Amino acid sequence: MAVIRDVMPNFDLVQPASLADARKLLDSDPDNVWLMAGGLDSFDWLKDRIRKPKTVVDLTGIDEMRGVRAWNDGIEIGPLTTLTDVVNDPMVKAKYSILSQAAELVASPQIRNQGTIGGNVSQDTRCWYYRSGWPCYRAGGNLCYADTPVGRNREHAILDAQRCVAVSPSDSAPALIALDAKFVISTKNGEKTIDAQDYFLGPAIDITHMTILKPGDILTAIRIPGTWANSKFYFEKIRDRNVWDFPLMNIAAAMKMSGNTITDARMAVAGAAARPWRLTDVEAQIKGKTADEATGKAAGELAVKDAVPLQFNAYKIPLMKNLVKRAISGVQEATWEA
Amino acid sequence: MGSIVEWATNPWGQSVPIHIGWVMIWVCAFSAIAFAVVHALYLAVFGKPKVFAVNDTPEMVNSIPEKVVRHGAVARAFHWIMATSMFTLLFTAFLPKVGVKFDWVTYHWIAGLVFTASIIFHIIHASFFLDFWAIWPDRTDVRDAFRRMQRFFGKPAPLPARFSKYPLENKLYHSTILITGLTAIFTGLFMMKRVNTHNIFTRNPYLFGDMTWGLMYVMHGLVGVSLIALVFVHVYFGIRPEKREITRTMIQGWMHKEFFLEEHDPARWRPGKDTDTPLTPPSEVPGD
Repeated sequence: MAVIRDVMPNFDLVQPASLADARKLLDSDPDNVWLMAGGLDSFDWLKDRIRKPKTVVDLTGIDEMRGVRAWNDGIEIGPLTTLTDVVNDPMVKAKYSILSQAAELVASPQIRNQGTIGGNVSQDTRCWYYRSGWPCYRAGGNLCYADTPVGRNREHAILDAQRCVAVSPSDSAPALIALDAKFVISTKNGEKTIDAQDYFLGPAIDITHMTILKPGDILTAIRIPGTWANSKFYFEKIRDRNVWDFPLMNIAAAMKMSGNTITDARMAVAGAAARPWRLTDVEAQIKGKTADEATGKAAGELAVKDAVPLQFNAYKIPLMKNLVKRAISGVQEATWEA
Repeated sequence: MGSIVEWATNPWGQSVPIHIGWVMIWVCAFSAIAFAVVHALYLAVFGKPKVFAVNDTPEMVNSIPEKVVRHGAVARAFHWIMATSMFTLLFTAFLPKVGVKFDWVTYHWIAGLVFTASIIFHIIHASFFLDFWAIWPDRTDVRDAFRRMQRFFGKPAPLPARFSKYPLENKLYHSTILITGLTAIFTGLFMMKRVNTHNIFTRNPYLFGDMTWGLMYVMHGLVGVSLIALVFVHVYFGIRPEKREITRTMIQGWMHKEFFLEEHDPARWRPGKDTDTPLTPPSEVPGD
């Protein structure tokens, strides 16, 4: 079991000034390199001495990977842009306020000043068995300690769990999925662009990784098209401590409306599954329906249709039902149901 | 360099095995390929025709049909169901470990149940409806193996008899696959207690201690990678030109009379339709 020592193991620190330089470093020894942006996830691993990389590549000196700029009819966000800068960016605020809202609810002001949007979407799960260095499935072992008869699993998954029941803790990821963002990844074979929801992996596909990033890959840009700009947005985060905490669950919804009728929608939750979970069935069901409590209630039921609670997290099922309902019909109209 | 077994420290500070080192996948795969290459080159350069002692009477030769049935439809169906499940098991187990990512666990345990059911069926079928002893080495096999070895090294020895229904190599392969297959089934069934099998098995991760579980995962992994090599070698022999007649018996069921008389001894194997009745009980060794 890990003991906080606050003294990191020795490693070579490399601080490239350009993406090209970082690429060269990664191509030379991809398996022994740890990529670090804001360091908020990385320093936990390093101080706990659970991860002992040979080389740490500090990406924060790469200016080309920082900032928000116009891109086609939308925007491009450098992954090294701090969450505070995302929150305060005028273009984000004006067209994609859901992302601004989501980023503002991440942790504390100090952490948002240091943490980056790339790090927020790429961070590892917070399952304490895994973070404590226990040899669980996600750490390459053969057991999920959280999914045992006495496992503490109040914060864990109700959907899409397979062997591992850890969840994605990202607040910005569901918002980016709702906005149909594209993630640009630099690999040793060139650049590739993928849909936001495909950036994240569930345990059925890869139990030891949360994202599709392979050793040597770098997330170089997040592009948000204009398709969902200025839609009707909804973001809500439920956490134990409202001042500063990871989400028990959050929801992000973007809806195109004609009067009070939903003409199109994208919706995702985090904290329910190992990856940010896009609610495609719900999106299809509510299309063409009135955004009222009845539609929200039916959508909530559909959203949790495949949910399987663990010993201590059955509360997440009504939580998710109600979040979906509130996303569709609004907080004022929706009544909370057990 | 990877190790044969990966170890980890459990929450109680004990060092326990967790699974095999995945480098063993490549060790077994390359070993099998190397064996096939060396074997093919050896036969191409040094291979000699097989020579057997033959003393068939004309009556015996005349009694052999033109098409000699070796495997009935039921036995062939078993073989191909078992083979399909085996390939599914190998692909679902090892492709994700070499970088092909997909949702493999459910397919793997379902294929494992099909494999288990097919093996149970085979044991019953072979024990009560086929000649149970036909696949086990007998004294003639041992004697002829010794004779063949002596002749290989240039020492004088009588000619070996032709094979019974199965050559000794087939019988030894069957014994090896039996051990690995049953070990995979035995460990795999217990491992299903660790995953969600939609209530076919009730999950109980505490069924064993960490050391026992670890050893079970290691055994499952070791027989798994062994099966990569065994299946590869099986397929290699199946496609070799001199084995095509035998391979065809697993598709069409029968072999030509000429091939039968070249390689099989009618005194040791009198082919029937779906059942196989040896002319001599296993205790009696022809040629002694």
